[in-house]
Amino acid sequence: MEGRFEDVCYALDENGNYVAVLSKGWSPKNEAMLQAWDLIREKVDKIRQDVLSGKISPIAYYMEKNIMDIKLLADYVELPKRKVRKHLNPEKFAQLEDEILQRYAETFEISLEELKNYRDTLTRS
Amino acid sequence: MSNKFYHIDFSHHQAAHCENGVTSNLLKHYNIHLSEPMVFGIGSGLFFSYMPFMKLNDLPVISFRPWPGQIFNRITRRLGIKIERFKFSDQDESMEALDKNLKQGIPTGCLVGVYHLTYFPPAYRFHFNAHNIVVVGRENGEYLVSDPIMPGIERLSHHDLQKVRFAKGTYPPRGRMYYIKETSSSFDMKHAIVKGIHHTCKDMLTIPIPLFGVKGIRYLAKQMRKWPQRLGDKKAALYMGQVVRMLEEIGTGGAGFRFIYAAFLQEAAKELDQPWLNDMSKEMTEAGDRWREFALIAGRIFKNRAGQEDSYIAASDLLYDIADREERIFRRLRQIKLT
Repeated sequence: MEGRFEDVCYALDENGNYVAVLSKGWSPKNEAMLQAWDLIREKVDKIRQDVLSGKISPIAYYMEKNIMDIKLLADYVELPKRKVRKHLNPEKFAQLEDEILQRYAETFEISLEELKNYRDTLTRS
Repeated sequence: MSNKFYHIDFSHHQAAHCENGVTSNLLKHYNIHLSEPMVFGIGSGLFFSYMPFMKLNDLPVISFRPWPGQIFNRITRRLGIKIERFKFSDQDESMEALDKNLKQGIPTGCLVGVYHLTYFPPAYRFHFNAHNIVVVGRENGEYLVSDPIMPGIERLSHHDLQKVRFAKGTYPPRGRMYYIKETSSSFDMKHAIVKGIHHTCKDMLTIPIPLFGVKGIRYLAKQMRKWPQRLGDKKAALYMGQVVRMLEEIGTGGAGFRFIYAAFLQEAAKELDQPWLNDMSKEMTEAGDRWREFALIAGRIFKNRAGQEDSYIAASDLLYDIADREERIFRRLRQIKLT
């Protein structure tokens, strides 16, 4: 797993006393994490193709990539949920002003240019 | 901005759980040396809640700890330590307040979201807003951070620290910060331990809402049996994964804190000179082992996503057994008195 590190756990030593030990995690835990990330990757990839075929706007792609839902994204960009939902429409997205696009770009931690030229990024990834 | 330079001499220790770690590290800074399990026990950190109507990344909230901030609140109260806590609506104000503290040499605890914590291992970066860190300095426009999950001191830019302090979503931290104002030289450790145990017993046994404590475990057990029919195989498997992640996620020290609590009971047995607590510790370890067994079964279920109704029943049965065990433990612990 990417970026694995050791966490502290408490376990019994041979004399039956509790001691702190470093653990690399164990399988059910690591699998639960992998399950969550596999699912995210699956969703992101599907949306990437929908964006490229013009079904949905790149906002949807970056939203999924950042594991956000409409509510969380609306909180970050400080817009009502119904507006965010509207911006998932590719036609509405194309009409957006830079000021609004900038908010999205900041939230997704990408540049305004990257968001505007999303096709380049999405075909590459 | 970047010319500010504060550096608090703070000794950083890694811990199993962030709030224990932060609390224990802060106390050590003021010369009160308590182990992580001791902080956890006196601060009554053990809990269970299952709130299916609250969602985190579209999945029900299951928690093995009380609300963030409770452990710190409870232990400082029980040791007669004066603390300050703030939350902010203005982001700049929250950063200024933090700077002011650092200038005075006060290590300051902050509640943060982990999604934008740049130094965190990527696999752990979900939108989870109940993480605790201590800010211990500022240097070249960067903040020095003691994060109990990490082995050493980490750095965060002003922008990133502000972002994590004002993370959005379920239970937003709203710039919450806290610190120790004044410690008292004399406190009654034994009394504090007994208080901490009583509180945990109350939380686990007597909250009259069936979502919490052992009743919460039974409620989850009951619901779990119906997951495959109600949610379909795929969603049910995800719910199962969510339980395991909450149970085993960093910060629980494995098995939903049960092993840390067992370690606490062992220390308490010595501190109070009440050897029967060693037996309680053993039983708590057994409950922890059962939680791990549950995680194994749950893991098998979500790995092959095909429907396995039998396994859901087995997992649910195990939870009923755990609930019974924990109820027995806390009913006996409730009788604890100072000798």
